[in-house]
Order: sequence, then structure tokens, then C-alpha cells
Amino acid sequence: MTLRVYDIAHGRAGDKGNTANVSAIAYDEKGWEILRRLLTPERVMEAFAHLARGPVRRYELPRLHALNFVVENALGGGVTTTLSQDFHGKSLSSLLLAIELPEDEVASIQR
Amino acid sequence: MSPRRETVRVGAGAGYAGDRWEPALELVEKGNIDYLVFECLAERTIAREALTRLHNPELGYNPGLVERMRAVLPECLRRGVRIVTNMGAANPLAAARRIRQEAADLGINDVPCAVVLGDDVADTLRRHPELTLLETGDPLETILGRMEAANAYLGADAVAAALASGAPVVVTGRVADPSLFVGPMLYELGWDYDDYAVLASGTVAGHLLECAGQVTGGYFADPGKKNVPDPHRLGFPFADVTRGGAVVLGKPDGSGGRIDRMTCTEQLLYEMHDPTAYITPDCVLDVSDVDFVAEGPDRIRVEGARARKRTPSYKVSVGYRDGYIGEGQMSYGGPNAAARARLAGEIVRERLKLRGFAYAEMRIDYIGMSSLHGAAELRHEPYEVRLRVAARTQDRKAAEAVGGEVETLYTNGPAGGAGDFKAVREILAVQSVLLPRERVITSVALEAAP
Repeated sequence: MTLRVYDIAHGRAGDKGNTANVSAIAYDEKGWEILRRLLTPERVMEAFAHLARGPVRRYELPRLHALNFVVENALGGGVTTTLSQDFHGKSLSSLLLAIELPEDEVASIQR
Repeated sequence: MSPRRETVRVGAGAGYAGDRWEPALELVEKGNIDYLVFECLAERTIAREALTRLHNPELGYNPGLVERMRAVLPECLRRGVRIVTNMGAANPLAAARRIRQEAADLGINDVPCAVVLGDDVADTLRRHPELTLLETGDPLETILGRMEAANAYLGADAVAAALASGAPVVVTGRVADPSLFVGPMLYELGWDYDDYAVLASGTVAGHLLECAGQVTGGYFADPGKKNVPDPHRLGFPFADVTRGGAVVLGKPDGSGGRIDRMTCTEQLLYEMHDPTAYITPDCVLDVSDVDFVAEGPDRIRVEGARARKRTPSYKVSVGYRDGYIGEGQMSYGGPNAAARARLAGEIVRERLKLRGFAYAEMRIDYIGMSSLHGAAELRHEPYEVRLRVAARTQDRKAAEAVGGEVETLYTNGPAGGAGDFKAVREILAVQSVLLPRERVITSVALEAAP
């Protein structure tokens, strides 16, 4: 079965100007190991490519089992000028949580 | 500074201008708080209120000010809970006068209000067109002619100075969100700006509190996955902060919501970029080693925040007029709904072209499929689809035409269009510059009986 980020993590999105940040926080130790190894900035960029120019930076907070992704040029010029219905990009957390992780790599971590 | 007490309890009364007001009253009545802080200024709010002030010099503060004060002021005065708020927006002096008027109408005479001044740096910026806009790298000069407001994000020191007046209410314009909360800590606990450990504690507490319900189970629920008890009567948070910088977050006993490691972690990273360098006017905060430890039901200790010395400049938000956004919506349902919505979108695009309107940017969304995350071609077709056309332009007439053309789909477009909506709004865009600290002079004015 395909594992989504949503199955192992929760998160929230925020905005500053034209930059979005989205967190992914693992529910447990096992989820953290998968998240840390498989949710790469490249994978996040790929999921956001049709919305954001990037780049994507990833920060780790190991004590909290959390990753923070900063996505540049993601909000159509920023909250005040964007044509998007979602001015702040607040729904982008759900886009990140919907990312599907490759089955074989998940299996190799769980083994 | 010498400390006035060992511990202070600071509550968050609002996470934004239109927030619920009952939880603030609950904090006052049941939360045993010392300070009630209302953070109510979004990025562009001041520019909008500056326009209001142009039309009426006694306005320009947050429009919800009176209702919010009416709800909490009498009980705050009775219990000695001091209020700190940035609802002064573009006109904090007028806000203070209005609060005093409202108090008088409630039968409470002479409520002194201390007003923080100095965040309005529009005149200073007009003398420095060479400053660089952080977002685009262009000189400030390129937007100076359309500038409506420029406000520096002031720090906790400005709030503490106002508290030193003894006034039960402190009104500000732009102050950095966490700094509104750090102000009372600085004042009560006698903190200094060279003690980075306590500034880190205060700032992380302020950051966690600034969106009120967002740390107590608001903006968190995902039914079946992350459940929140009684979200309709979510309790708002407070922080107990000691002189030594220990921080424990909580919410009123018996209130709805939840506060725990999960809710705190989500809020810690909210609007955070590099976790080792969260810049506020008070310090550069590093939360990369922060942890949350449960102390009891709905009590969370915040550990591990660090900080470095504050930067030599203030961030200034510059609000300026930048054209218009026109928008129209129409719904389609049942068999072939998505195809009819797509045809409708194409018709609107062609009609606007045919009429000779040009747009800097146009966007066609199918609500139910692609309005949030795009990629309509990848989405399942739902039973109902709502077409949304939005476009940006400097020309007001072109902006009005967008909603107008969507409306004409009623009698001219695909079958079964329903539920038209149209709107035009003027864009108040925001960019930022950095201004050296010495160019920002803050002061405190006291509105009180002579």
C-alpha cells in the first residue's frame, strides 16, 4: 500500500510575502525515520512545481521530529496581490501531506 | 531594570482582528491572567486603515476596537488585568480617545491609555528613496508615489515604556507580534536586552501565543486523525513566564480545545523560515532545539529556546496601491458539469480579449477541483464545479469587466449556470525595507484626564 506523508505526519502552512513554509511533524519515531530520509526537498519541489518556482529549503528539528520546508516564489506575488483564492497559501499543508512516498524505499526503512 | 515580580501570566485575547471575543473574557474571568494582549494587525491592515484616516482623522484604528473593549474592559479594570493591543493600527491616539469614550459610556470615568508612537515612518521613508525593497530588490523610489503607509515593526521595549506609565490600557500601531507579549515580561520581570536567554524564552512564548487559538487546538482538527474537544468553545492560551525565563503554556480550566506537544509544534513552525534565525526586533531567536514537555493536563513547558543579539535595523512594511483585482464566479452541477464550467471559463477569456481588455495576470479556477492546489487536469470531476475567474490590472474598468462577463454567462453561456458572484477590490500591496534603528524614534503619549 502506498504511504502518504499524511499517514505518518501532520503539519501547518504559513506565509511571509511570496514565500510559503510548510511543516511536517511525525507522529512517532518510525514515522520520523521515514520522513527524515524520504521527504527530501526535491520531492517537495516536485509536488509544488506547478504552483511554485522554488527553490525549496528543508530544515530539521530532531527533538520535535519535525521538518520545516520553505518554498520560495510560492504565493503568486504574496498575500496582497495573488489571484489565488487561498491568499496565504494556508491549504498548502494538505498538498505536502498528500505526497506519496516510494513503496520500495519505505519498505527498506521499515525492514 | 529591577523586577516588579517573579512570574507574570500573559494571555492572548485574539489571533486576528475579527477573532472570537468570548475566549478573551474567559481568560480574564477564569484564567487568572495579569495581562491580556490583543494582536489584531495583519500585514496590510495598517495601509487600509491609513486610507480610512485620510477620510476621517478620528478613525484609522481597528474597526472592531469598540466591540472588543466593551466586552472585556470593565472586567479587566475590576480585576486589575492590563490590556495591551495593536488595534491602534494607523491611528493609535484616536483609538485611545475612543476607548476612553467607550469607558465613559459604560460609566467608568478616566481610564488612562498609554499610546506607543513612532512606528509610522512614512515621512522618514520619503526622504530615503534609495532604500532597497527586500522582496524585489528595486529601490523604494519605484513605489514611493503610491505609498499609503510605512510602519516599523517596533519591539518590546516600546511596549514596556508605555506600561511604565501605569496606564491600564496600552495601545500601539505596528509592533512585532511576539514583542507585544514580550513587552509585559520585560516590564514586570526586569529583563535586559543583553540577557539573550530570557529574551529567547519570552519571544518563543510570544510567538506561540500570537495567533491565540492556533496553539490551543484551533486550526488543528482533522476528524478521526487529530481530534479537538469542544472546538466551538476553544479556550485561548496564556503563558506563565518567570524572571529566570521558564515558560509554561496553558489555557483556562474547563475550556474547549487542547494544548499539547502536537499543537505547540505546529504553531512553533507557523510562519517560521530558518528555525535558527527567527528575527524579531528584540532578538534573533533559535528554536532548533526547542522541546515541549507536558507538566499536567493542558500545561506545557517550553524548553530549549536560544537567542542572539537583536539586529541593528527595524523591518518596515510599506503599503502601496497596486491596481485592482476583478473576480467573477458561477456554478455548474450534474452531468458534464466540469466541461460546462471549462467552456464558461473559455468564453469569459475570449470575451475579455474581444473587448480589448488586457491584464497583468489572469487565473481561471474550477472550485472543487483546482482552486487551491491547481492541476485541474489531474483531478476527479466532482458533482458540482464552481467557475472562478480572477484577473489583475491597473485599470479599474478592466477589473470590473471580469465579474461582468461571468455574469453574462447567465443568458449567454453554457447550460445551467447558477449562483453568480462578482467583486472588484483595490490592491494594497506590501513590501518591506530595513531602516537603521537610530532613524526610528519611539515615544509614549498618555491619554488621561488633565
